[in-house]
Amino acid sequence: MELEVNGKRRTLACRTAFEARGLLGSASDIVILNGFQIEKDCPLAEGDTLAVIPKGVMPGQEELESMMMARHTPAVHKKLKLGRVAIAGLGGLGSNIAVMLARIGVGQLLLVDFDIVEPSNLNRQSYYIRHLGMPKTLALESQLAEINPFVRVETRTVRVEAENVAALFAGYDILCEAFDKPEAKAMLVNTALEQLPGIRIVAASGLAGYASANAIRTARPLERLYLCGDLETGAAVGTGLMAPRVQVCAGHQANMILRLLTGTDEV
Amino acid sequence: MKVNGQAVPLEPEQTLLAFLTAGQYDCKRIAVERNGAIVPRTEYETVRLADGDTLEIVQFVGGG
Repeated sequence: MELEVNGKRRTLACRTAFEARGLLGSASDIVILNGFQIEKDCPLAEGDTLAVIPKGVMPGQEELESMMMARHTPAVHKKLKLGRVAIAGLGGLGSNIAVMLARIGVGQLLLVDFDIVEPSNLNRQSYYIRHLGMPKTLALESQLAEINPFVRVETRTVRVEAENVAALFAGYDILCEAFDKPEAKAMLVNTALEQLPGIRIVAASGLAGYASANAIRTARPLERLYLCGDLETGAAVGTGLMAPRVQVCAGHQANMILRLLTGTDEV
Repeated sequence: MKVNGQAVPLEPEQTLLAFLTAGQYDCKRIAVERNGAIVPRTEYETVRLADGDTLEIVQFVGGG
């Protein structure tokens, strides 16, 4: 039977997943069949994708990627691998979104931010004490390399302004707006919609405080603009930004990006 | 005129800027689509709203 085993096409004389495991490894190995880790033996069909992963053993580079992506359905992984996403702003939203997109195996990410990591970022942003003082672009790039070295990451340590939006983001299918200030959000959305025909934007508005997480949702107010958040709770004196709601909103944005990359444009 | 899905009466001879100002929108924190096309901010002053126009006005609040 012809199968894809740990990223390689192979012909194996077996009828079930555990028979395949018997041919390839030992009975304690983890078996992932078409994206799902199985506990009971399953019959195999021609063309199935199988990962057989020995516990606690560091695989070679070649096998590592297919093992990391074994939890994704094969067709999904191929689409994500072709995906190109730019993230503008690497604070509470952008840093967490970048980590999620790296985990799901998006092929290429552009990370843009002018700022450095500061102590007040650690309450919600994906950085560590050891990153303090580093440009956010480089601090995040180093994390992504440890999470998924198969993502191509580009960084630009610049301030995004109306004048450089087209040059920075041309060629990207999806632009993730992850700024903090409402004026910067509006500037980016307006400029990109005016100057970059075809680009789709996944933006955020309304994620401060600790009101119900259920108020945060994904909407599509304009043809090429998706907007995540409760749309009203801005950061203000007495209403700070906190990890849970910021990450709920980042999750909405990352999931919308995942949906777009896999060919679904509805919220 | 339809604004964010709601029917709104249109004052005669109104510019987009006048409409936004009357509605207390902060023009630096919004994006506006008119009949499906984004309106560049430099044109808010010159765009004249017409009967039957559809506007979508997106407002941004801070936090990220």
